[in-house]
Amino acid sequence: MSLHLNDIASLYLGSKVSAGLRLKVIHVRNNMTWRHAYPEFVKIVEVGPRDGLQNEKEIVPTGVKIQLIDMLSGTGLSVIEVTSFVSSKWVPQMADHTDVLRGIQKASNVQYPVLTPNLQGFQDAVAAGATEVAVFGSASETFSKKNINCSVDESMLRFEEVINAAKKRQIPVRGYVSCALGCPHEGHIEPSKVAEVAKRLYEMGCYEISLGDTIGIGTPGSMLKMLQRVMKDVPINALAVHCHDTYGQALPNILTALQMGVSVVDSAVAGLGGCPYAQGSSGNVSTEDVLYMLHGMGIETGVNIAKVIEAGSFICSALSRKTNSKVAQARSTACCDESL
Amino acid sequence: MGNVPTTVKHCLSYEQLIEDYPWLRRWLQEDKEIVPTGVKIQLIDMLSGTGLSVIEVTSFVSSKWVPQMADHTDVLRGIQKASNVQYPVLTPNLQGFQDAVAAGATEVAVFGSASETFSKKNINCSVDESMLRFEEVINAAKKRQIPVRGYVSCALGCPHEGHIEPSKVAEVAKRLYEMGCYEISLGDTIGIGTPGSMLKMLQRVMKDVPINALAVHCHDTYGQALPNILTALQMGVSVVDSAVAGLGGCPYAQGSSGNVSTEDVLYMLHGMGIETGVNIAKVIEAGSFICSALSRKTNSKVAQARSTACCDESL
Repeated sequence: MSLHLNDIASLYLGSKVSAGLRLKVIHVRNNMTWRHAYPEFVKIVEVGPRDGLQNEKEIVPTGVKIQLIDMLSGTGLSVIEVTSFVSSKWVPQMADHTDVLRGIQKASNVQYPVLTPNLQGFQDAVAAGATEVAVFGSASETFSKKNINCSVDESMLRFEEVINAAKKRQIPVRGYVSCALGCPHEGHIEPSKVAEVAKRLYEMGCYEISLGDTIGIGTPGSMLKMLQRVMKDVPINALAVHCHDTYGQALPNILTALQMGVSVVDSAVAGLGGCPYAQGSSGNVSTEDVLYMLHGMGIETGVNIAKVIEAGSFICSALSRKTNSKVAQARSTACCDESL
Repeated sequence: MGNVPTTVKHCLSYEQLIEDYPWLRRWLQEDKEIVPTGVKIQLIDMLSGTGLSVIEVTSFVSSKWVPQMADHTDVLRGIQKASNVQYPVLTPNLQGFQDAVAAGATEVAVFGSASETFSKKNINCSVDESMLRFEEVINAAKKRQIPVRGYVSCALGCPHEGHIEPSKVAEVAKRLYEMGCYEISLGDTIGIGTPGSMLKMLQRVMKDVPINALAVHCHDTYGQALPNILTALQMGVSVVDSAVAGLGGCPYAQGSSGNVSTEDVLYMLHGMGIETGVNIAKVIEAGSFICSALSRKTNSKVAQARSTACCDESL
């Protein structure tokens, strides 16, 4: 029996809690039987090498990036976003995009999408051997203008060029919608705006739309409302969530999305990539922590968590930084038996 | 829960513990920073002004085992008790209970375990034997009309035994409830639980203990605390334990986090439209105070983000 959307909504909107260090509810729900229904399989889209490294301050040598991606290729991940064909003037970290894409050992059962913000980037990506690309839209006008110096409408024209060129070459295109749960400049973003942008990307030809909580301010409450609205315009099996953990809400937000029927989750090995809007804070959710949760729920991913931890350990060592993954951290020091 | 590992709270097998965990010996005898009594009192007084209705303040356990709690009487007597706040204290045995009452305690707590091995290693007795001790405390408390809260540790797994059957958790929870505990807090002591195991455990426990008498005490060692709490809320649980600034690490994974941060829990609940009566900004202030006093960073992602964020969170 599925957990109906209205059930979830009424749970979130109807409870009262009075709090202590214990938080005590005044109103108790006892008139519903909850059954939790989740997808049997969740596809993880690994964005560490691109989204993760893009937000790391230290420029990572090309060889290290390639080694990271090759390690990730052996973990069971089926999608690894490897680089971005954007001008190196704006994103120095991705200046070696061609060398990275050409240098990695492509596993036969893995897709290696790359970001292509415009037609030029798309053409460069194809020349470098890309077989899947992604475009990055925004649900916030202000974010679009500040980030890519054009309005949402103008960006859609650019993306349409890319998508049409990709269609001719039968190259699949993934669409991203940033600021899906809030914008660093505008604050609240109406779910209808997110739906509008998602729908446009989907109808233009993107096979999948990743809805991003760019600044990590979302909660299960706002995730629920946003997905309810977007699902009216885009089929659930074409939706993914890209949650940031800046406020520690990534996993409960992902859980909510799974309960709504979403079965594609973006994450980054070791939680690479901080938040440019809250210095020192975390950004991407850790792939290891997502896998731990999913596997603990009996959801299959095809990914070997130990190998992801190894890859995370490698890149953190190369970056001389600590992992953002709590699972990786605990496993490196734990003296208890996790085998349950 | 405070910043004392639960391992040490009730320990009678001190020699065995420090042999098993050398870092614990160092922690107890050399490295531990004892928080001054005045700082503890100030923290509690700050928390009393946040809207929290329950603040667990100290533990009446022997100072030999838990030096951090040696000042339990001074703390309990020194705090300014707000009229709408409860200040429970841990009382592992009758002696502790009597000392707590003498110091003015009006609510106490006892700590059971769903794992036999954890019980033996932690308090040097079986679960059954511990229940006899708790029964003494509960009976003494009943005579004074002092409410008793029961904890069940290792509810989602044990550092020694690994998997713990939900039926065992239910058995211990039921015993504590039937003995007279008004509320049972189910603790994921090593933070290894996930929404999967939380669901199964609660489904089983709810057959024996009414849902409104259950609480969850989730640790964030594997980053699973908030999804686990969310799962519990969806099952009907409406009492959540948490610690300001996520104080307290995990004694079983050194350097890893332990308690879930009150700030992060509040952020999630408020974002879901759930009322708590708690002012998150004031909790962040209290967290900032104690972290400064302890010369450490907060474990709360919300507190961390708010201290550096340049974006507008008002949604």
